[in-house]
Amino acid sequence: MSSFPLISALTLLPFAGGIAVLLLGRAGRSAARLTAVVFAIASLALTLLLWRGFQPGLPGMQFQEWHAWAPALGLEYHVGLDGLSLLMLAVSSIVLLMSIAASWSNHKQGPAYFSLLLFLETGLFGTFTALNFLHWFLYWELSLIPAFFLIRIWGGSGRARAATQFFVYTMVGSITLLLAFLAIFLASGSFDFIELTQMAQTGQLASAIAQNLHWHQWDSGHITMFLFGGAFLGFAVKTPVVPFHGWLGSAYAEAAPETTMVLTGALSKMGVYGFLRILLPIFPEQMWRARTILLWLAVATIVLPALTAWAQTDLKRMFAYSSINHLGYCILGIVAAAGSTGADASFVSAKAAALTGVMLQMFSHGITAATLFWFLTLLERRSGGLLGLDDFGGLRRAMPVFSGLMGIALFASLGLPGLIGFPGEFLIFKGVFPLSWWAAALALIGLLMTAVFLLTVLQRVFSGPLRERWAGLQDLTLAERCMLAPGVALMFVVGLYPQLISGMLHGTVMQLVAQVRF
Amino acid sequence: MLAWTIYLSFLGAVAVTLTPAKSPVVARVTALLTALAGLGIAIVAIMHADRSGQVITIVRTPWISHLGIEYHLAADGISLILVLLTGIAAVAGILFSWNIERRVKDFFALYLVLIGAVYGVFLSFDLFLLFVFYEIVMIPKYFLIAIWGSTGREYAAMKLVLYSFGGSALVLAGIIAAYCVAGQRSLSFEVLAHFPFPAHFQMWAFPMVFVGFAVLAGMWPFHTWAPTGHAAAPTAASMLLAGVVMKLGAYGCLRVAMMLFPRGLDPWGFRVLGFGSWQQVFAVLALIGIIYGATIALVQKDLKFVIGYSSVSHMGFVLLGLMTLNQIGLSGAVYQMFSHGIIAGLLFAVVGRMVYDRTHTRDLHELSRIPLGRLIPFAAVTFVLASMASIGLPGFSGFVAELQVLIGSWRSFPWMACIAGVGILIGIAFTWRALQATFLGGADATAAPQQAMPPITLPERLGACLLLASTIVLGLYPRFLLDLILPTLNSSLFEQLRRGAWR
Amino acid sequence: MTGSSYLELLRLTAPEIIVALAGFLLLVLDLTFLRQAALAIRFRTAMVAACIGCVLALVVLESGSAQGSLAAGMLVVNSLTQLIQMALLVLAILVLLWVGGARFTTHVGEYCALILFATTAMMLLVSTQNLLVIFITIEFLSLSLYILTGFDKDSQQSAEAALKYFLFGGMSAGILLFGMSLLYGISGSIALQPIAAAVNASPGDPMLTLAMVMVLVGFGFKIAAAPFHMWAPEVYQGAPTGSAALVASSSKVASFFALFLVFSLGLMGAAGSAAWGHYSPGWAPLIAILAAVSMLWGNLAAIAQTSVRRVLAYSAIGHAGYMLIALVAHSRESLTALVYYVFTYALATVGAFGVLSALEGEKVDSIADFAGLGKRAPGLSFCLLIFLLSLAGIPPLAGFAGKFYVFVAALEISDHFGLLWLVLLALVMSVVSFYYYLKILKQAYVSEPVPGAAAISVPVATRLALWATAALVVILGCLPDILLNRISAAVATAFQ
Repeated sequence: MSSFPLISALTLLPFAGGIAVLLLGRAGRSAARLTAVVFAIASLALTLLLWRGFQPGLPGMQFQEWHAWAPALGLEYHVGLDGLSLLMLAVSSIVLLMSIAASWSNHKQGPAYFSLLLFLETGLFGTFTALNFLHWFLYWELSLIPAFFLIRIWGGSGRARAATQFFVYTMVGSITLLLAFLAIFLASGSFDFIELTQMAQTGQLASAIAQNLHWHQWDSGHITMFLFGGAFLGFAVKTPVVPFHGWLGSAYAEAAPETTMVLTGALSKMGVYGFLRILLPIFPEQMWRARTILLWLAVATIVLPALTAWAQTDLKRMFAYSSINHLGYCILGIVAAAGSTGADASFVSAKAAALTGVMLQMFSHGITAATLFWFLTLLERRSGGLLGLDDFGGLRRAMPVFSGLMGIALFASLGLPGLIGFPGEFLIFKGVFPLSWWAAALALIGLLMTAVFLLTVLQRVFSGPLRERWAGLQDLTLAERCMLAPGVALMFVVGLYPQLISGMLHGTVMQLVAQVRF
Repeated sequence: MLAWTIYLSFLGAVAVTLTPAKSPVVARVTALLTALAGLGIAIVAIMHADRSGQVITIVRTPWISHLGIEYHLAADGISLILVLLTGIAAVAGILFSWNIERRVKDFFALYLVLIGAVYGVFLSFDLFLLFVFYEIVMIPKYFLIAIWGSTGREYAAMKLVLYSFGGSALVLAGIIAAYCVAGQRSLSFEVLAHFPFPAHFQMWAFPMVFVGFAVLAGMWPFHTWAPTGHAAAPTAASMLLAGVVMKLGAYGCLRVAMMLFPRGLDPWGFRVLGFGSWQQVFAVLALIGIIYGATIALVQKDLKFVIGYSSVSHMGFVLLGLMTLNQIGLSGAVYQMFSHGIIAGLLFAVVGRMVYDRTHTRDLHELSRIPLGRLIPFAAVTFVLASMASIGLPGFSGFVAELQVLIGSWRSFPWMACIAGVGILIGIAFTWRALQATFLGGADATAAPQQAMPPITLPERLGACLLLASTIVLGLYPRFLLDLILPTLNSSLFEQLRRGAWR
Repeated sequence: MTGSSYLELLRLTAPEIIVALAGFLLLVLDLTFLRQAALAIRFRTAMVAACIGCVLALVVLESGSAQGSLAAGMLVVNSLTQLIQMALLVLAILVLLWVGGARFTTHVGEYCALILFATTAMMLLVSTQNLLVIFITIEFLSLSLYILTGFDKDSQQSAEAALKYFLFGGMSAGILLFGMSLLYGISGSIALQPIAAAVNASPGDPMLTLAMVMVLVGFGFKIAAAPFHMWAPEVYQGAPTGSAALVASSSKVASFFALFLVFSLGLMGAAGSAAWGHYSPGWAPLIAILAAVSMLWGNLAAIAQTSVRRVLAYSAIGHAGYMLIALVAHSRESLTALVYYVFTYALATVGAFGVLSALEGEKVDSIADFAGLGKRAPGLSFCLLIFLLSLAGIPPLAGFAGKFYVFVAALEISDHFGLLWLVLLALVMSVVSFYYYLKILKQAYVSEPVPGAAAISVPVATRLALWATAALVVILGCLPDILLNRISAAVATAFQ
């Protein structure tokens, strides 16, 4: 644990970048985008530095910083990293860098756009490292604002409604989450995630709730379930989990594709992160009790969006729903892993596999989805705004490199072995089958449907007869190839050598499995 | 030294009347300097105040010895906070009134008298003196609205003043009754706060005094003066009205009604319409105020009325916090008093000064056709930040306040916390609607001719920055105020309250 | 009657003699030397001479310690009566100052002399505890006031007001006398102390009840309490400003004090109680009802008025109600409160009439005429603001201190807050009164002046006097102790 506040520095770096962009942006767009990319690269570099300094075998949080902030409110400045946080930091910084690169030549997006992106990055970094609920909630809420404006100002024709829907849905979830945690604070006197996790493990939380929350003669078990429901709602809206996903289709579709890269690549991880950091460790018993419902919801989140995606004709919406589907696997893995390790240690390896898979899936989906939407950006620019499934055809003849690279990304999204999407999905299914075979079986349908519609995309867009109007489409320029290359390379590297990431995660996963105890 | 906030304001008012009528700039500058002096004194006082909850006596001399009334000025943590709020609001108000051209001297003179009287209320530690200052507030308030206000100003001003006067009549009855019952020949807080008033006396004195003050705090159903008053008042007056004067009512509820007659909150022993104590009655009224204010704001067509009703809703949080009767709820109530004072000031400043003075319309539908977001981006950003603060987004002072009120409410009335949560959601809805219509709408109407708008002047920017800085600093560093509030709530003045129906 | 030295009598009545003499001298001066002089000079000379007389009397009162009681209560001079007499003289001086600018009559000497005579009557009224002397002085006062009311021969309103005043007054004087004779019949004496003894012996006597009611009716007319107030609006509106000012201010002071003495000294035994839930028959409940009706009628009727003077008249009725609350409480504290209240009320009223007299030349009478006064005569408007807000009871002005004290005194008398209902009613009516006072001020400050309306110039002397009065109202509001302590000390010594 170094004495220099690395995490705080990392969190504030993009914020400072945002301010710098606004100030330097007066000198013109190129100054703005240059500053933005410098800060994004710096953030990535700092993240990698943290990765290097991270010690996978060490239990507990690393690089912790602890300051009193407003003790009377239970508010403390407590940040720390474990494998999960580090992974999320990495995803966020990579995706954000990709998004800035994608916006490089889009002149509609000026200094304000870049600074909002950077502010959003601060929100993301903060959410993934904060360990005190109020402090964490600050970042959770504040990240909504840049996202809202990014959709609202630079989006398409339906952006007003999409942005409002996005905001309102998320706020509703946030309020229930806040209320639930305020009640927990009332009972336990703490907002700290680590402390609350320990209390949950030892049964202290349950007894604290029984002692301190006397609500109309409710049984304390029911009270805790009620609080769990509130917290669950908050994360369920964010992830999203069916049926709280109504905001996502429009938001992703109406936002500029460069923005959607960040929305799907990084912002969506906040929900799943919440499940892993907060819901599972603090409410394990409640997750266990509600297991059946939650499993059904997870399955619904996998299957229904996949079916919906297949029915779409707009590419953006297709990939939007496909996003929900991919995150559904994560939810499935998490829910399946609920169940006390203390009581029944036999499924430890299954749970470990599921959770490792979840985290890998988070990383892979982040990279893949961002790359896919990057390709959509490029396609949209070339096609003059058209992005319908049936608008294209035979593009591989006009833009072979483009088609090839996008094909790789599509297959990665599909989960082809050898690419980044495979290890995560494989591990999830490996873990979930022993824990809940029927859920895993049903989820396979989702896998199948994903394959179907992704292949449909490949067929309709890239193969088939080439239309006249697309004959003159320009293939990827050298600059674009260079920018896309690292992402695609990453897809191969991690696909072939997932140990790169899962090795770092091992300690965290085992700790998480052990924490699920009641 | 704190007493100089009062004296300087009054002296400043006299000085302003003496400035030459030909050059209004002199009047404005004099007023600004006076307000800055007051703010400076407040800040210095807070920095030097010890955080132990002790009362700092400023002046204490016999005044009407025949009745045992003293001229007693003192400050504890809560008073200091509200004095600071007044200072900030005063400076901001003057900055936002820089453009007034009609009867400038009279305006600033009345404004400074109002500020001085408000300082007086917060610093009084003798009940009679508090009442005197409380009443003095009324007259400048009336004239500020009746002379410089906008549509319907005379009616709004009269309604406002009569409601306030009615409320204060109830308070006066309570004060006199307390004086006679205590029989101590003194109206000092220190004496009366420790005097054991008989329980049955407190049972009727408490609601009478509480309602009397709550009228000014905008408690439902006595709130009807607030939206009309705020909408009709000129910007600076609205900022002061919603920002500070409504807090006078809430302060009175806490300092007088709750501190002196805490037994009045005890359970009655029987139930009427499902209520078992005044605590429950007023908590429910506060909750209704939160929901009602927010819902009505949602359907308003006039932007200033939206903000006016939002004030009613936010003050509902203050009153709910007071009625939770636990430390964190009360702390939240005081914090919300400060926070809402700043935020309301911001909102009215943007709506009144930045938007209305330029567009001369407050109708949301008309405003949505003007691309204000592009014409006055500073105002747009300020309003966005003010909206974020108003809906209770973390990072701003409103979140800290509402947080505490919600925790306190969970402890005392769990179901009310959930409903208050709904209130917050409705608040988000109407704030967003106002924001959309005002600043985010015109982008679609590119066909409308874009008239040039006068740019945002320097005083407006300074005022906005002052208020924004206050709310952000207190959102990120709540200890600044909490260190003052909590020891005060633990002090001996509130002992009776703590021994009562405290949870 | 014990033989008392004539010198003693002269010494004790020195102030009254001075004032009366001043009146006579003034009359002589005006009728002989100034016959040919211009009206303005005559008014001013008369004013100065009269003021000198009053000031001399004040000096005598302030310095001399002549106190005593003569002829079994026919003349009682103690520190309390001296204090009230000083107040009466101050009010008389102020009225004379307003009169100094008047031009409505050629009978200057008579007018000012009558004012002084009325003042003498009032001074005598407060220093007696004998029924007959009370009646005589009240009649003396009333006759002077009737004539003063009708003095403007060019105004029909003035004549009408005087006639109404006279008819009502005559009738009520008859009732008063009849009641007093009944009291004599019950007790065999016309002095208050023996009457008190007789009343204590037989408080339930039906003849006593009749006597009380009649005396109350007689006095009720004098203080313009509802429902005996019918003369007040006409008189306030029709009489020349100086006369109206005198009626509104000093006569109230004297009448209330006399009323308080008669009932709380003379009829103490039959007081009864007006406390809520603890009712017992007597004059206290009667006066309580009178107070309630006055407050309601006066304040509610004032809302509908369009003439400023009528507003002042009806508000006077309302204020009479507040003051009667002090009588219902009939304690030492409440007497102190009453004296303080009535004096500050009189001061504010005389000030308001002073503003009206300064505006007389401009034909400003209805509320609408006040439009834009704040711009046309800023100093005048500010004084008006002070006076009206004091009447409304806004701190830190004198009216508030008075009201506060009256309410405290009313609630202090018992543990069970019997008079709370009266106090609450008074507070509610105060809110109502605030509305109509504010209406006038709104016209002055908020409304724009009628186009073409010029600035109003006010003579320096009047302006100074107005400012001095306003300053006094403010000072008495901020530091009420100055007066309160003196009054309460005087009350203490007077009722040992």
